[in-house]
Amino acid sequence: MASTSSASTAPVARPVAPMVRRLAPLVIFTLLALLPLASALGLPGHWLTLVTRAMIVAIAALSLDLVLGIGGLISFGHAAYIGIGAYGTGILITEGRTELLVALPVVLLACAVFATITGYVSLRTRGVAFIMITLAFGQMAFYFAQALSAYGGDDGLTLYEKSTLLGREIFGNRTGFYYIALGTLAVCYWLVRRLVASRFGRVLRAARENAVRVTVTGYDVNHVRLGAYVISGMMAGLSGLLLANQTDFVSPAYMSWPRSGELIFMVVLGGVGSLYGSILGALAFLVTEDVLSSLTQNWKVIFGPLIVLFVLFTHGGIAGLVTKLRGRRDG
Amino acid sequence: MTLSLLIVQLLNGLQFGVLLFLVAAGLTLVFGVMDFINLAHGVQYMLGAYLAVTFVSLTGSFLLGLALALAAALLLGLALEFLVFRHLYERDHLDQVLATFGLILLLNQAVKMIWGAAPLSVPVPEFLSGNVRLMDGILYPVYRFALIAAGLSVGALLWFVVEKTRTGMLLRAGASNAPMVSALGVDIRKLFMIVFAFGTMLAGFAGAMAAPILSVEPGMGDTVLILAFVVIVVGGIGSIRGAFVGALIVGLVDTLGRSSMNDLLRLFMAPASARATGAALSSMLIYLVMAAVLFVKPEGLLPAKGRS
Repeated sequence: MASTSSASTAPVARPVAPMVRRLAPLVIFTLLALLPLASALGLPGHWLTLVTRAMIVAIAALSLDLVLGIGGLISFGHAAYIGIGAYGTGILITEGRTELLVALPVVLLACAVFATITGYVSLRTRGVAFIMITLAFGQMAFYFAQALSAYGGDDGLTLYEKSTLLGREIFGNRTGFYYIALGTLAVCYWLVRRLVASRFGRVLRAARENAVRVTVTGYDVNHVRLGAYVISGMMAGLSGLLLANQTDFVSPAYMSWPRSGELIFMVVLGGVGSLYGSILGALAFLVTEDVLSSLTQNWKVIFGPLIVLFVLFTHGGIAGLVTKLRGRRDG
Repeated sequence: MTLSLLIVQLLNGLQFGVLLFLVAAGLTLVFGVMDFINLAHGVQYMLGAYLAVTFVSLTGSFLLGLALALAAALLLGLALEFLVFRHLYERDHLDQVLATFGLILLLNQAVKMIWGAAPLSVPVPEFLSGNVRLMDGILYPVYRFALIAAGLSVGALLWFVVEKTRTGMLLRAGASNAPMVSALGVDIRKLFMIVFAFGTMLAGFAGAMAAPILSVEPGMGDTVLILAFVVIVVGGIGSIRGAFVGALIVGLVDTLGRSSMNDLLRLFMAPASARATGAALSSMLIYLVMAAVLFVKPEGLLPAKGRS
């Protein structure tokens, strides 16, 4: 497994990909920005809420794509960071501190600390062990939240207020919330894009293809990977902060392990490593889930096989072009 | 904590560890030989339990029901192998994780539809009911002893098959270098089938044996799956001996932690906060143990030989 080839990785060769890569995000964000107009013209308000939620989840999926797609590390515990972000926000609100300027640094710091510690331990392993360990740490956070009886325990925590910015209610209005989520998503996307294009991102990508070679070049691969893991965890925490404010509710279920699996599916659905694909993946996932669950209570019986069929018969996802360029890699 | 309680908790931990071993052994075997990460392994444990519920109540006999449940679990496992898993052996781990994740969603929900969401149970069989008197005032259920014995004998059988038989030799060779085994003229597909059938049987057996003492409910396999992951990571991926040692460690640490953490914290905390902290801490304990093991030995305690 050490000799993952360099033969299968020639990302620049395709003429279509760069243009798609440049245009697709533009189209996605423009369409998303225009959606409230359609809502003003009579699209049911339910859709605005759904897409807001999808964009919030997309932030987490995007952050996962940084680790999974660019770094080649399959983290199966990413929902934990959504949970930490949501619980951080929820606990602060319950304690009467609704100010975002307090909640934001607290949430980011909490996620950074958890990601640094668990990431340091997890990155000592590779491949399948990394999948299992991130999953186990995610479960650890889940059980911890379940045991937090002071803050709802198993039943979760209902929030009677939303976060405020300098004392002002900024999350009260549905369209306003929509644009806050869109703005946050856009900023995160821009950040990740910049990160991937930087020297840091190049080392991260190179380590995915051949860690030994990168080490020989003089980089500490684990340092770079840990950096990406921590940044990714903080970004997912941000998504949790928004999610808590949208649903006015925080529960251990936010970080149960199927949530982490769903995040992976969104990334793969959109196309691993394409970044904008994870936004499409999150949108497609949540809309499909919404439609199926309105049809039948047992929607998972349909959704599960869809995932299986998707994996068996497609190679790539929505942004499949980009995916084909990635080599088979270690874990 | 008194001595008698400690003994009971040790036995409980041992019994839990044995159960985990049965699940983890199949998982680690399948991964070791086929390089295939099967998240649906926990679901196969759950199916074993549900099939035991059905067949025991149908036949009225525990042993007959157990045998039928095992056979049915094996058939289901082989059907899954034929329909899905077989096409995933050559894929990367991400595809394997996703496809088996999809299967979990399907099967958990399907179980809920067929058997209902309410927890079910299997009566403890007549000939294994009652208690054993260990010493003054300590009674321990016979069935739990039977479970420990059954688990240990399956473990011994597994050791014998893997270490002393020709099939076992091929397994070990396959775990070290599957392409080479294939090149030497061994039908690797058949070997994979055998390994997979074996793993399924073990998980189904664990589920069926656990049915009389645990509540049988949808999603019961997920908890066990994740614990089995911890076991495998602690013990060393692909190693049966590692799975055994890891399972006992996880089983004992979890059980003893849950029962003693509260008392331990009460020494220097108020009872109410000791209970809250104790609950949170003891549920995290095995993950802390895992982290500690990885910190010292990233490849696990007893890594399989010959794996790079």
